[in-house]
Amino acid sequence: MKFDTVIGLEVHAELKTDTKIFCNCSTEFGAPANTHTCPVCLGHPGVLPVLNQRAVEYAMKASLALNCEIAGETKFDRKNYFYPDSPKAYQISQFDKPIGENGSLEIEVDGYKKNIGITRIHMEEDAGKLTHDEYDDHSLVDFNRVGTPLIEIVSEPDIETPEEAYAYLEKLKAVLQYTEVSDCKMEEGSLRCDANISLKPAGQEEFGTKTELKNLNSFTNVHKGLAYEEKRQEQELLSGGEILQETRRWDDAKKETTLMRVKEGSDDYRYFPEPDLVTLYVNEDWKSSIKATIPELPDARRERYMEEFDLPAYDAGVLTQSKNMADFFQETIDEGADAKQAANWLMGDVNGYLNSHDMELADTELTPSSLAKLVTLIDKGTISSKIAKTVFTDLMEQGGDPEQIVQDKGLVQISDEGELKQIVDKILENNPQSIEDYKNGKDKAIGFLVGQVMKETKGKANPQMVNKLIMEGMGMDA
Amino acid sequence: MSILEESFSGIHKKLHNKELKVSELVDASFSRIKEVDDKVQAFLTLNEEAARNQAAKMDEAMGTGNTRGLLFGLPAGIKDNIVTNGLRTTAASQLLANFDPVHNATVMDGLEEADALTIGKLNMDEFAMGSSNENSGFYSARNPWNTDYVPGGSSGGAAASVAAGEVSFSLGSDTGGSIRQPASYCGVVGLKPTYGRVSRYGLIAFASSLDQIGPLTKNVEDNALVLGQIAGHDRRDSTSADVGISDYLSSLTGDVKGMKIAVPKEYLGEGVHEGVRNRVLEALKVLEQQGAEWEEVSLPHSQYAVAAYYLLASSEASANLARFDGVRYGVRAENADNLIDMYKETRSQGFGDEVKRRIMLGTFALSSGYYDAYYKKAQKVRTLIKRDFDQILEKYDVIVGPTAPTTAFKIGEKVNDPLTMYANDILTIPVNLAGVPAISVPCGFSEGLPVGLQIISRPFEESTVYRAAHAYEQAAGHYKAKPEL
Repeated sequence: MKFDTVIGLEVHAELKTDTKIFCNCSTEFGAPANTHTCPVCLGHPGVLPVLNQRAVEYAMKASLALNCEIAGETKFDRKNYFYPDSPKAYQISQFDKPIGENGSLEIEVDGYKKNIGITRIHMEEDAGKLTHDEYDDHSLVDFNRVGTPLIEIVSEPDIETPEEAYAYLEKLKAVLQYTEVSDCKMEEGSLRCDANISLKPAGQEEFGTKTELKNLNSFTNVHKGLAYEEKRQEQELLSGGEILQETRRWDDAKKETTLMRVKEGSDDYRYFPEPDLVTLYVNEDWKSSIKATIPELPDARRERYMEEFDLPAYDAGVLTQSKNMADFFQETIDEGADAKQAANWLMGDVNGYLNSHDMELADTELTPSSLAKLVTLIDKGTISSKIAKTVFTDLMEQGGDPEQIVQDKGLVQISDEGELKQIVDKILENNPQSIEDYKNGKDKAIGFLVGQVMKETKGKANPQMVNKLIMEGMGMDA
Repeated sequence: MSILEESFSGIHKKLHNKELKVSELVDASFSRIKEVDDKVQAFLTLNEEAARNQAAKMDEAMGTGNTRGLLFGLPAGIKDNIVTNGLRTTAASQLLANFDPVHNATVMDGLEEADALTIGKLNMDEFAMGSSNENSGFYSARNPWNTDYVPGGSSGGAAASVAAGEVSFSLGSDTGGSIRQPASYCGVVGLKPTYGRVSRYGLIAFASSLDQIGPLTKNVEDNALVLGQIAGHDRRDSTSADVGISDYLSSLTGDVKGMKIAVPKEYLGEGVHEGVRNRVLEALKVLEQQGAEWEEVSLPHSQYAVAAYYLLASSEASANLARFDGVRYGVRAENADNLIDMYKETRSQGFGDEVKRRIMLGTFALSSGYYDAYYKKAQKVRTLIKRDFDQILEKYDVIVGPTAPTTAFKIGEKVNDPLTMYANDILTIPVNLAGVPAISVPCGFSEGLPVGLQIISRPFEESTVYRAAHAYEQAAGHYKAKPEL
């Protein structure tokens, strides 16, 4: 029996406003516990929320970038639940009139393109942060995060594979970063994802029972968690079992999902309209002024890079996946680098370095200007590609001017034919056997000879020139 | 006569002529409290040291030529659900018995700028839930006209303290009649402003869409003076209206000639005691003699007001009071086994019966499956009630009737009958649902207890309310009567 997989994602993204959604406290990450608080976000008696206009505008911007319709009339509601991370014991959220609805996001997986529907985008306030591990008999709560503006982006159940889920998240993150409404740093919690997954017999209309996955703290874990859950549900169903409506937790150490709780019916949050805030009306002028602030989005930029710089689709895709990378590429070219070379460096060595060091581009010392100079030095033949790699490591770790580094370290490529000829002649003289071997058809011998020259010049010899001189020295046509 | 029984203008004249010092005023206030508050029990907390220090400073500054606020030196009592920075604020709940706020209500900033002096915090029904003050988590305030009787509620302490001459004025809050009904029972003037007229920032919320802070005073002029100092748009309250404040004093012309008065038949019908009805009819005669005209009208949906109110107010209250969980402030139950236990014990021990009753009612009304039948339907009723008022106030300047169907009742008389107690607010509740302004002014007595006349007008037309109330008050003179304690 074959199954279809149905996946829906709920993504929470913190909006990067300077202040909280209902008070003037800072939203800065990492401050000492409970220092970014006031009577309003601590839910003291008698306080009232005042809506942060910037937060609304960021939510509108994200909604528009994700092709949502913006509500002309939107409002806030109270979502009631008791928990120590929620000072008012209700969260101000949006229930039946969210700011954005009916959006979509195009993804591409293994060469096929697909639209994933976005059901809704609504605004709400973040909760505080609880720490349970420090003491046995009590927990600690930090209210710095409480009241940070969030948008919750709910997808339609259009996602059919864990790979599509991954691609959706990558794309969503890119759009939110391009529009500069969110940092989308999963490690700091500014992007969080819950996933719903169910299986149904292939072709059946009706959905099966879904489970909800939590603790998915990276896109990779979303993929892994869904893949695990897809398999678990399939095996359960094939063995005649039943899927229960459960909340399950991804355990990254054990690489499996474990049961958190079985849901009976849906939770009753007793939503009702927030009486402390008034209905928010969004007119066309406001909407268009926000629309005008939306920059070129990843897809458009990818198209442009393909056209303008003649890059293959794949390369343009990799370079535009994050705004940081795309901007870096653009600036490197503006600094005079050859587009293909710059693309190769960014996709190859730079990405490789970032991955192996688990770093962001912004965390390194590399600048578009230094990368452009490096590329130009190779182009002009001042240094060899091989030498360039050692300069590159310096640029990533210490920064600086590539020309200066090349000079200081004496890395300039030897392209003086006279100087190289002397060395080549010496090597040929000392290795008659290799010449004999080559003439007897052993092509490998030439590699040995080139290697000897490189050894003698500490890698600085111009490789093309060395090749040519060796051939000439052996009396062959270069 | 105690100096505190004088009107603001009388007191200010004496201060101006150096016949009186602010410290003497404050002294008079605390002396009176010491003398009668054992019987009246209007105060929960006194602010004696701070008030005396401030008074001394004000006396020193007299004669320096600086401008002074319009409430200069006047001793004020503040209902204990209005937060006062550094001064204990309990909302008459055991759960907040140890709560000292770190912020000020916007109205307190207004009083401070106007140079009023905070004498102390006033007794009330716990979290403003009640009509008799018997729901105070500490002790019941009493009616200064007869201390066996309730002062009304929830602003019982606010009305009693003014009636007993303990303060010059007080601030109360009104969600379903909580200023007007006790004002009526205690024979003082109490105004519930238009919803949005006075900032709610710092008012411990009971029902956010209905709550309003307002003044209680001995006469209409004083009342208008206080309102002028606390009214206005506040950026910290999104529901406060950006509507200009009228010069309320200048509306006190004494002229009601041609004023059109509507008298809803529902306000003089069944359930309204004869003594009350007679006083109101007499009051209408007084207004008529001054050139006003009145006609009988109908507010057909007002019969559903109490039911709609208790659903909406309790629903909002169930969320508003959820923050009192013992986690961050307030009295936390000890020896709880776990988190849920801590919540349960803290709230079981800290809240009184009436508060629990309304939290349960509201929680039920908002529950999925019941929301449409209760909360949503009640909202629709509210819209209809508001429409009734709008339609009548298109043709008439004011609506007049009794504030409450009866005079004050005996302490303990209705305490075990919440539904009768709720029905007592039948004439005040529709006004909150409609969001319009209304005042209660003394209009005589029935069997030795004060009766209040309610005057209602259009949104943000407090000046019309005051004009009618002032003209009546000056002609009838009932406001001059004082209780003997």
